[in-house]
Amino acid sequence: MADPQKQEPARNEPVALPTWPDEVYRVLKDADVRQVGMVPDAGHSRLIRAFEADPQARVITLTTEEEGIAMLAGAWLGGERGVLLLQSSGVGNCINMLSLPMICRMPLLMLVTMRGEWGEFNPWQVPMGQGTRAVLEAMGVIVTRADEPHLVASTVSGAANLAFNTWRPAAVLIGQRVLGAKNFKELARK
Amino acid sequence: MNVPNELLHRRDVVNELLRDRSDLLVVAGLGAPNWDISAAGDSPNNFPLWGAMGAAAMMGFGLAIAQPKRRVLVITGDGEMLMSLGALATIAVQNPANLTIAVLDNERFGETGMQKTHTAGGVDLAGIAAAAGFRTSRIVRTMAEVTEIRELAHHGNGPVFAQVKINPEALYFVLPPADGGILTTRFRQSVLGESSLYN
Repeated sequence: MADPQKQEPARNEPVALPTWPDEVYRVLKDADVRQVGMVPDAGHSRLIRAFEADPQARVITLTTEEEGIAMLAGAWLGGERGVLLLQSSGVGNCINMLSLPMICRMPLLMLVTMRGEWGEFNPWQVPMGQGTRAVLEAMGVIVTRADEPHLVASTVSGAANLAFNTWRPAAVLIGQRVLGAKNFKELARK
Repeated sequence: MNVPNELLHRRDVVNELLRDRSDLLVVAGLGAPNWDISAAGDSPNNFPLWGAMGAAAMMGFGLAIAQPKRRVLVITGDGEMLMSLGALATIAVQNPANLTIAVLDNERFGETGMQKTHTAGGVDLAGIAAAAGFRTSRIVRTMAEVTEIRELAHHGNGPVFAQVKINPEALYFVLPPADGGILTTRFRQSVLGESSLYN
């Protein structure tokens, strides 16, 4: 049943999309990122599209996130830099593979879009979302976090410098508050 | 020398794959494939893994696309490959022409007590790679076929996958450097030059 309190946006009304992913794209280009490994997340979709349109970068869709850690280790051996785009749930898949950049003193830049925290609707996202930072830190990854859109690009820039200049894994957690929480109940009504 | 149905010896296979290796880049999975490439002669162009089970194929892939003018050969075991079957799908979709993956398939987890792997139960790794879309994928049972894989790895059009059926023998270890920092630095210095030492 239609809810009279709810204002549906008019079909042709332009939606104001967040622009922080465009800033992150510029930061990653400045860092000379060429290999973009990803298991997609809605929060990364604009950044992924930017790299897909970039002939100097290669977007590699992974079947599971730890593939990207091994791939980027190989990239570093071959002189290329990369980034791994993943959702917080994918961090759990990476645990043992994080041994590789740690023990080999290789850079690794991970951009993690968070679920299972602010505004989460799906209870199944909560365990890994709440465990994300602890898991990364347990494996020696330096973790920084952005909870406001205007701080994401500078946080990524700082993590990229740390990773590529000091040869170690660094992750940026992009808070769910930046991304907006899904509400499946609303989606289910439509 | 090669009687049909007689299983190949792993170090004969690796010595043949690496014969006259020129500037071939090699990534080896943890365990016996690491010792095998080291027995064939340690080299800065080797990256022998000591852990990170499941990494070998994707590491070779990342290297292959970073160095499209070089040839990259991944040598790993059946247990290690089984841990990252999804990587075969990822790599096949990307279709790297300069990458060969050779799985030394003794149908065992060799380092942990020779327990049977899924290939002992009939899983056809070469069939999985072919179905994923590898340009060439073969089961190899003779040294003549190993030589063909060597030619493909050095000169052919990849991606190439070979499931080489080998004897489940336990051989003496030949150890490369264990320090990941040394392995990484010497590899990058060899491939990228002295400038790689300077940030």
